[in-house]
Amino acid sequence: MRRIISVLLENEPGALSRVVGLFSQRNYNIETLTVAPTEDETLSRLTVTTTGSDKVIEQITKQLNKLIEVVKLVDLTEGSHIERELMLVKLKATGSQRAEIKRTVDIFRGQIVDVTSSVYTIQLAGDSEKLDGFIQAVGTAGVLEVVRSGVSGIARGEKILSI
Amino acid sequence: MELLSGADMLIRSLQDEGIEYIYGYPGGAALHIYDALFRQDKVKHILVRHEQAAVHMADGYARATGKPGTVLVTSGPGATNTITGIATAFMDSIPMVVLCGQVASTLIGEDAFQETDMIGVSRPVVKHNLSVRHPEEIPEVIRKAYYIAATGRPGPVVVDIPKDMTTPNERYEYSYPKKVKLRSYNPAVRGHAGQIKKAVDMLLAAKRPMIYAGGGVILGQASDQLIELTRMLGYPITNTLMGIGCYPATDKQHLGWLGMHGTYESNMAMHHSDLILCVGARFDDRVTNATEKFCPGARIVHIDIDPASISKTIEADVPIVGPVDAVLKEMIALVKESKEKPDAEALSAWWKQIEEWRAFHGMRYETSSDAIKPQEVIEALWRLTNGEAYVASDVGQHQMFAAQYYKFDKPNRWINSGGLGTMGFGLPAAMGVKLTHPDAEVLCVTGEGSIQMNIQELSTCKQYDLPVKIVNLNNQALGMVKQWQDMNYESRHSQSYMESLPDFIKLAEAYGHVGIRIEKREDLEPKLKEALAMKDKLVFLDIYVDRFEHVYPMQVARGSMKDMWLSKTERV
Ligand SMILES: Cc1ncc(C[n+]2csc(CCOP(=O)(O)OP(=O)(O)O)c2C)c(N)n1
Ligand SMILES: [Mg+2]
Repeated sequence: MRRIISVLLENEPGALSRVVGLFSQRNYNIETLTVAPTEDETLSRLTVTTTGSDKVIEQITKQLNKLIEVVKLVDLTEGSHIERELMLVKLKATGSQRAEIKRTVDIFRGQIVDVTSSVYTIQLAGDSEKLDGFIQAVGTAGVLEVVRSGVSGIARGEKILSI
Repeated sequence: MELLSGADMLIRSLQDEGIEYIYGYPGGAALHIYDALFRQDKVKHILVRHEQAAVHMADGYARATGKPGTVLVTSGPGATNTITGIATAFMDSIPMVVLCGQVASTLIGEDAFQETDMIGVSRPVVKHNLSVRHPEEIPEVIRKAYYIAATGRPGPVVVDIPKDMTTPNERYEYSYPKKVKLRSYNPAVRGHAGQIKKAVDMLLAAKRPMIYAGGGVILGQASDQLIELTRMLGYPITNTLMGIGCYPATDKQHLGWLGMHGTYESNMAMHHSDLILCVGARFDDRVTNATEKFCPGARIVHIDIDPASISKTIEADVPIVGPVDAVLKEMIALVKESKEKPDAEALSAWWKQIEEWRAFHGMRYETSSDAIKPQEVIEALWRLTNGEAYVASDVGQHQMFAAQYYKFDKPNRWINSGGLGTMGFGLPAAMGVKLTHPDAEVLCVTGEGSIQMNIQELSTCKQYDLPVKIVNLNNQALGMVKQWQDMNYESRHSQSYMESLPDFIKLAEAYGHVGIRIEKREDLEPKLKEALAMKDKLVFLDIYVDRFEHVYPMQVARGSMKDMWLSKTERV
C-alpha cells in the first residue's frame, strides 16, 4: 500500500543523507521525497511516499525513529489528510490545440504561467492522481517536459506534527 | 575557566569521561591529538599494528566490562581500516567511540591527501556519527558520543575531527558537560505496565513454555533478574550465541544454545513450545531457520530496548519495549504476587519430554584413539580453567566448538563476533580483555585461517605484555567453508585449503613468545597444562586436530527449527 510519511528532522548537515541512506540500505522503496526548512529554523520537514506491506511500513517508521536526528514522524495515511503535489508542464501548443489545452487546464483548475507562440507552460497543484489525470487528458504526445515537486502532506483537523 | 587547545580539550574530555585506554594508530591528521596525548598520563594509549585490531581491542574491552571502548586513528586509510571493526561492533550492539582524524575543514571536498568521507563511509555501520565543526564544541561532541554509544541499544559512534579543530596554539574555554540532552533521542526507561501484566498472565498459563534469551541480557546487565525469574518459574531456558553466559550453562534448566548449531534439545523445545518469552534477542536467521516454519504453535512475548527489533522477522503477540532488567524486575514482582501458579502437571510432562530429547543427543561426538578432536580440546580447556576463563573466539568451526563445549556460567566471558562473523576478531579482542583483566585467564580460540587475519598483533602483545593463550585448532583448512562444501557442493573444496601454512611455533618465537605444537592425543592435556602454567607468557598452542570433523547439530537449510543434521549421516 502507498503511504505518506512526514518527518521532522534536525536541520543539520548529513541528516537527510541518513534518511535516504536508510531507505537504500534496507531495500525500502522511495517514490517521492521532499524536504525543506520549517518555521522553526532548527527543524526540516521531510515527506516521503513509499509502498510496502504493513510489516515493511512498520519497520520503516521504526527504523526512521531510530535515527538520532529524526525528532518526530507520522504516517499521514493512517488518518485523513491533505496531500498536494505541484507540477509544471511544458506542452506543445499551436493552432487549434491552444484552445483545447486551455479548456483542459481550466477543468483541472490549473494555470498557464508562461506562453510562447508554440509552447504553453502550465502549473497544476493537487494530489498525485489528479496530476497523472491531467497528463492523460492532454495526451503524452504533446508533452515536452514535466517537473513534479513530490508529495507534501498535512493531517486534517486539529492534529498537528510538531515538537 | 581554563583555556585549552582543541587537541587538549579532546584528551581532557576523555579523562573526564573516565576513559582508561585508547587503542589506536597515529598519522598526519591526528598528530595534534597524539601530541596532546603525549603530554599527559591519565589516558593510556595502546599502539596496535593495524587499525582494525584497535577496534576489535576496544570491542573486546567493551564486551568484557560493559563499558564503551575508545579508538583513535588518523584520516583516510587509518579511518577506512576501522570499518570492519566498526561493522562488527554495530552488528552485536557493542558500545564504542571511534575518533578519526580528518583533513583540515578548509581542504574537505578537494580530494586532499588522505581525505576520505568517513561520515559517509561509516554511516550504514554506526549507531551515529558526528563531525566537529568548531573546536569549542569538542567537549560536548565527546559527551554526546559516549552517551549515544552507551545508552539504549548500544553501538559504535564515529567522531570525525578535522585537523584545524585541534590546532595547538588556538585556545578555548574548557568545561566538560555533565549531561547532554537530545530532544530526538530518548531510549525507553521502563516497559509498558499493561503489556508486562499481559505477558506474565500468558507465562503463567503456558503448558510448554520456553525462555529464549539473547545478547541484550548481557548488554543490559540483566543476568541476575533473568536467573531469578527462570528459577522462580522452573521453566526451560535457552540462549543465543550472543547470549552465552547470561544464564549458567551448567544449570539443569539450561538447554544449551539454539539455532543453526544449537543443541538438539533447545531447537526441539523451541519448535514444540506454546509460549516463547524472548528477552533481548532478535529472531535472526541463524536462530529461526525458515521464518514461515518457525515454532508453529508458539505465542510470542518479546522484550527489547529497540522497538525495531520487535516484529522485524517474527511477529510478537506481546511486544514490550524497555530495558530488560527493569522489565524482568517487574515481571518477577508480578509472578510473586500472582494467585496463578505455573501449571505443575503440564510443566512436568514438558520437562519429561525435554529430558528425552536431552538424552537422545546431548552434544555427543565420536572420539578417536589417535586423532585429536577439536571438541575434546575445548572440553579439556574448560576443565583446566575451571570454567572461569574469558574466551575470545575467531570465526569458523572452532568458534562453534568453543561455544558448544566451553560451559560459561557467567556473562561477559564469551567474546565473539556473532552478527558479522569477522575472522580476525579473536586475537585483538582477547588482548582488549587481558589488558583490563590482567589476572584472569584469557584464551583466544582460533583457526589457522582466522589467526592469520590479525597475526601482526603478536607484536602488540609483546610491547604491552599481554600473556593471552592462543589456542589454534589447526585443521589445515578453512574448516567451516569446507564443511559447507562437503554438505552442499559434493565436497568440491574450492579454495578452502590453506596450503603453505607458516610454522606457527617459529612465528610465535620470532615475536618473542612461546610456541607449543600438539600433534598427539596423549600430549593434549599435559601440554595444555604446561601452557596454562606459564602465567606471564603468551603461549601459541598450535594443535593439529581432526581435519574431517564437522560441527553438529546443524539445522537443515530452509527447514524449521527441528530439522537438523546430528552427524554426517543422521538427519531428523
Ligand atoms: C573476514 C572473513 N572472511 C571470510 C569469512 C567466511 N568464513 C567463515 S568461516 C571461514 C573459515 C575459517 O577458517 P579457520 O579460521 O581455519 O577456522 P575453522 O573453520 O577451520 O575452524 C571463512 C573463510 C569470514 N567469516 N570472515
Ligand atoms: Mg581451520
